[in-house]
Amino acid sequence: MRRTFHILLRNPLSLLGLGLVAAVVLSAVFADFIAPFPEHRGAVVDFANFNRPPGWPYIFGTDLVGRDIFSRILYAFRISLVLGAVVLAIAVPIGVTVGLVAGYLGGWTEYALMRVTDVFLSIPPLVLAMSIMGVLEPTLTNGMLAVTAMWWPWYTRLVYNITRAEKEEGYVLAAEIIGASRLHVIFREILPNCVPSILTKMTLDLGFVILIASSLSFLGLGVQPPTPDLGSMVAEGATYLPDSWWMTVFPGLAILVAVFGFNLLGDALREILGSDQ
Amino acid sequence: MLAKRLVTSVIVLIGVSMLVFLIARVIPGDPARIALGPNATTEQVESLRQRLHLDQPLPVQYGHFIADLSRGDLGVSLYTNRPVMRDIAQFLPATLELILVAGLMMILIGLPLGVVSARYRNSWIDNAIRLVSLLGVSAPAFVWAVILMLLFAYFLPLFPIAGRISNAYSVPSVTGFLLVDTLAAGNLRAFGNAAWHLVLPAFALALSGIGQAARLTRANMVETYDRPYIEMARSYGFPERRIARRYAFRPSMIPSMTIIGLDFAAMLGSAFLVEAVFAWPGLSRYGVAVILRKDLNAIVGTVLCISALFLIVNIIVDLLTAWINPRIRYSQRA
Repeated sequence: MRRTFHILLRNPLSLLGLGLVAAVVLSAVFADFIAPFPEHRGAVVDFANFNRPPGWPYIFGTDLVGRDIFSRILYAFRISLVLGAVVLAIAVPIGVTVGLVAGYLGGWTEYALMRVTDVFLSIPPLVLAMSIMGVLEPTLTNGMLAVTAMWWPWYTRLVYNITRAEKEEGYVLAAEIIGASRLHVIFREILPNCVPSILTKMTLDLGFVILIASSLSFLGLGVQPPTPDLGSMVAEGATYLPDSWWMTVFPGLAILVAVFGFNLLGDALREILGSDQ
Repeated sequence: MLAKRLVTSVIVLIGVSMLVFLIARVIPGDPARIALGPNATTEQVESLRQRLHLDQPLPVQYGHFIADLSRGDLGVSLYTNRPVMRDIAQFLPATLELILVAGLMMILIGLPLGVVSARYRNSWIDNAIRLVSLLGVSAPAFVWAVILMLLFAYFLPLFPIAGRISNAYSVPSVTGFLLVDTLAAGNLRAFGNAAWHLVLPAFALALSGIGQAARLTRANMVETYDRPYIEMARSYGFPERRIARRYAFRPSMIPSMTIIGLDFAAMLGSAFLVEAVFAWPGLSRYGVAVILRKDLNAIVGTVLCISALFLIVNIIVDLLTAWINPRIRYSQRA
């Protein structure tokens, strides 16, 4: 662990990733203290200051009803991160379990489980989430549900491939010969060897969940106003291009910064954990 | 192998149809009521429910759905009041044209970037390419679309802001692909105009794919460069260019191809975002409209059509991979 951290700090790009992720997470956690206008996260109207270009005290400008865009971005980070964490907390255990079982048991179980996985993988992620969001009411909870439904199969694929390779290894055979139960072999022997790959993918995915969730709300199928969300902020501002460019550019760049940070960090973890083995 | 692959694809497609059908049926509220509006009488709603088989149990409904589907009938859209098949046929070509051009950009720009990056690995060129390709992957297509539009259509008015072609040109629609139709009509200026309209949306759509392709190609080529046969080629004194092209690039392509295929197919989804920004009259505007109106038949039809395309693209990629990789090709014959 300490070694991992040490290597992370040596590479400038990994350091940048760590810094960006830390900045995004901290600004989401402490939004109440950092945001110059915390009350602007809700349905506040201030027509005296609407449509202001970036300046003081609105460093990213204001939106159509006079809310501070910088403050709203901070609160939008909070929603995105919570959404990403919840989605992964549900999708990863499901995906990993299915992958382990399919890979270890083989035979008909494997065939059936992997074909179900294929079904989910053969609808483009965004389209699957869109159709789920389409029939449900667009709320934050349903948004998480829709994104979770499209996320677990990727972990199934990943863990399935590792399990198939690992189950031929000596230590698995040894456990089987001693008479360990299937559950023990799957969760106590094979699973620990999948953990580095799973963790790396989760770091990368936290960025991609933010990306997909913002895409959904960009289309009007995600988090609803007045809750601040990066995707719907871009969509709202896009109507007023090019004059009120700050309404789209800053939320757009905020998405870029957050996802970029998680990608850099995930890449760094992949290289470090990969070379560990 | 091909036969087995096709059987699996058909099974998967049946699964997709069941999944999509189920998603569309858990809809809260009565689709017949939504379609007819609040002023319709109970009798009218009831008769529409019967016509749509909504009064029967789910498996029976699915049976009707599959029977209709096998006749190429996806039902009538409650939004446009036209057969869903005809709606899709009208809107799909614009989307396909956009995706094909973006896919071409992804391969023609992404692969060379990856190759250059691997050949000069750890130099400043490599670092620059890696940074740019990671940035490309890190924003959704709609963010790139907005940024590109702002920079190259508004501030530097190099490209048109929206649409597929200027109103000044009228071209008879034969295939629905404007690049093909304008050429078929022999109207080169209209062709140029359509191509000019395609540049920004296609590039916005391609950016994340370009980044992904470059990253993958680099990673796989760097791995290949460590193989003994590269060392052997070097010791024979082959020029670096030839080593890069013949010995390092081809084997690295095989693992990249599958992912690039997946990325290409994922554009079917991202196209929704780019089309919304550039007012591109493709399947997306239709898709979003029918989803917001809870138009069952149209939602099912659109998702099914996109998924079928997705599967077809993946099969094509598998075939191409087999064609490039002699090991797979020969093991098939054996």
